[in-house]
Amino acid sequence: MNTATYGVRDSATMLRRNLKHMARYPSQTLMLIGLPLLFLLLFVYVFGGTMGAGLPGAPARDRSDYLTFITPGVLTMTVASVSISTAVSVATDMTGGIIDRFRTMAIAKVSVLTGHVLGAMVQTALALATVFGVAFLLGLETATSAMQWLGLIGLLALLSFAMTWFTVALGLASPNPEAASNRPMIFIMLPFVGSGFVPVESMPTGLRWFAEYQPFTPVIDAFRSLLAGSPDGSDVLRAIGWCVVIGLIGYLWSRRLYRTRAAN
Amino acid sequence: MVGMTTRINAIEVAGLRKSYGDHEVVAGVDLAVPAGTVYALLGPNGAGKTTTVRILSTLLPADAGEARVAGYDIQREADQVRASIGVTGQFSAVDQLLTGRENLRLMADLGHLDRSHAESVVAQLLERFHLAEVADRRAGTYSGGMKRRLDLAMTLVAGPRLIFLDEPTTGLDPRSRRDLWGIVRELVADGVTVFLTTQYLEEADQLADRIGVLDKGRLVAEGTAAELKRLVSGGHVELQAADGERLAELARQFPEANPNAAALTLTLPHDGSLTTLRRLLAGIGDDAVTGLAVHTPGLDDVFLALTDHSTAGDSPEEVPA
Repeated sequence: MNTATYGVRDSATMLRRNLKHMARYPSQTLMLIGLPLLFLLLFVYVFGGTMGAGLPGAPARDRSDYLTFITPGVLTMTVASVSISTAVSVATDMTGGIIDRFRTMAIAKVSVLTGHVLGAMVQTALALATVFGVAFLLGLETATSAMQWLGLIGLLALLSFAMTWFTVALGLASPNPEAASNRPMIFIMLPFVGSGFVPVESMPTGLRWFAEYQPFTPVIDAFRSLLAGSPDGSDVLRAIGWCVVIGLIGYLWSRRLYRTRAAN
Repeated sequence: MVGMTTRINAIEVAGLRKSYGDHEVVAGVDLAVPAGTVYALLGPNGAGKTTTVRILSTLLPADAGEARVAGYDIQREADQVRASIGVTGQFSAVDQLLTGRENLRLMADLGHLDRSHAESVVAQLLERFHLAEVADRRAGTYSGGMKRRLDLAMTLVAGPRLIFLDEPTTGLDPRSRRDLWGIVRELVADGVTVFLTTQYLEEADQLADRIGVLDKGRLVAEGTAAELKRLVSGGHVELQAADGERLAELARQFPEANPNAAALTLTLPHDGSLTTLRRLLAGIGDDAVTGLAVHTPGLDDVFLALTDHSTAGDSPEEVPA
């Protein structure tokens, strides 16, 4: 039997399994969507007045401008937040007996991981739709054209694909689900130390240097330019570049870990 | 050894070795399991049973040696091996968040069964493993015995002709254990080959055609349960004397016996045959003895004698022949 020909079928089977898990255990998904929503509400309503006024620009800015400013950062944070559950479910699979069962079956080996990746993509899409919905309810205004929306959705999909492969690797590298839930935590914080909530120009030199060069900043800037209806080509290209790098590292690292953990 | 035999063997292993650092877990194992039979690998914890199963089921690469499983080389033809076997590991391999039916269905999908066939196989297995009533409950809510049955049912979905069971009844209550033995016997009746590991002598005795005793990574004995029992002495007859005077009398009559004045018992070596037992009884007066017990060497004696040399000699039941 050629297992490669079953790659798609087995990945679809594993995707169904992971979607069922999400449906059976919705509290985790809800919590991970709730976290960025909480930040969105907190920053818009508690800090928004002051922060909005502090934004650079000729006419005085306000709370609604701040909502527009932080939405890209919150979207990025949402992708990062959902990836925690990916790491946890991968680690749960790897530490349970079921992974040995999968390994002794004549299935496409990669399907165990692709099932998680595809499931996480679905979960991320739901989370992003929710965050967008709430942002629009709060009064988010965009100047994005249809083509630009396609570009934005494509870039969000690319980011979540890349982040998911990376967190699959983190899940594989974790000795247990608890450790797996802690490790991706840093990605939720990264938008803060970037262009997510304040302009990087306002930061002290050392921090500013980090903020300018960390991967989430071009990603957030690209989202921001797309939402403003004036895509910045260099930000978009840098964002795509970072996503490809993160995704590739995640994929290769996952593949290696999945193989070596077999030899335990 | 591999290839020398003319019988059809489901498993053939020669010179299998596996080490972790300096610790040799499997230290040169040779064995052959004819198709349609049950082979039990018996040994204490840490003897290398699980490692052997993990190597034969393609989960672990061996350091040295050769093995053919279902006719395929475990290293070069791992995919064909996987397509031919079913494995129930030591730890529960059911998906706790899925129902029993969904777990079986998952196995059917991964086994690439077509839809209608999958449905009938799943329904049959639920029925056969007494899981039909709980089929739509999450596996996480099942009892230990139910989980174990589901685990085994999942192993059988794709209809493997060779199954590995790693300590299938560890942690089960006696009733669940007997249920599982019944299932294994049914499988064997259908012609399935079973390779199981166990630390329970009774289990090996009950189920296996051949038993391999594994100790520190080596097969220290192999044979049928009866053959293994013959390897150790220790069969004896215990006579309960009516009083001390009678005991002394019996002791004089049987100088090779071992009297115990406090318990008023006399222990005589015995080979298990009816003839010698009859001869023995013929020489004893009716009122001299109030009770009699015949002890044949069990697998326990074999196990202790072969795998734990420090305590075998201390056994109070051990009678010097």
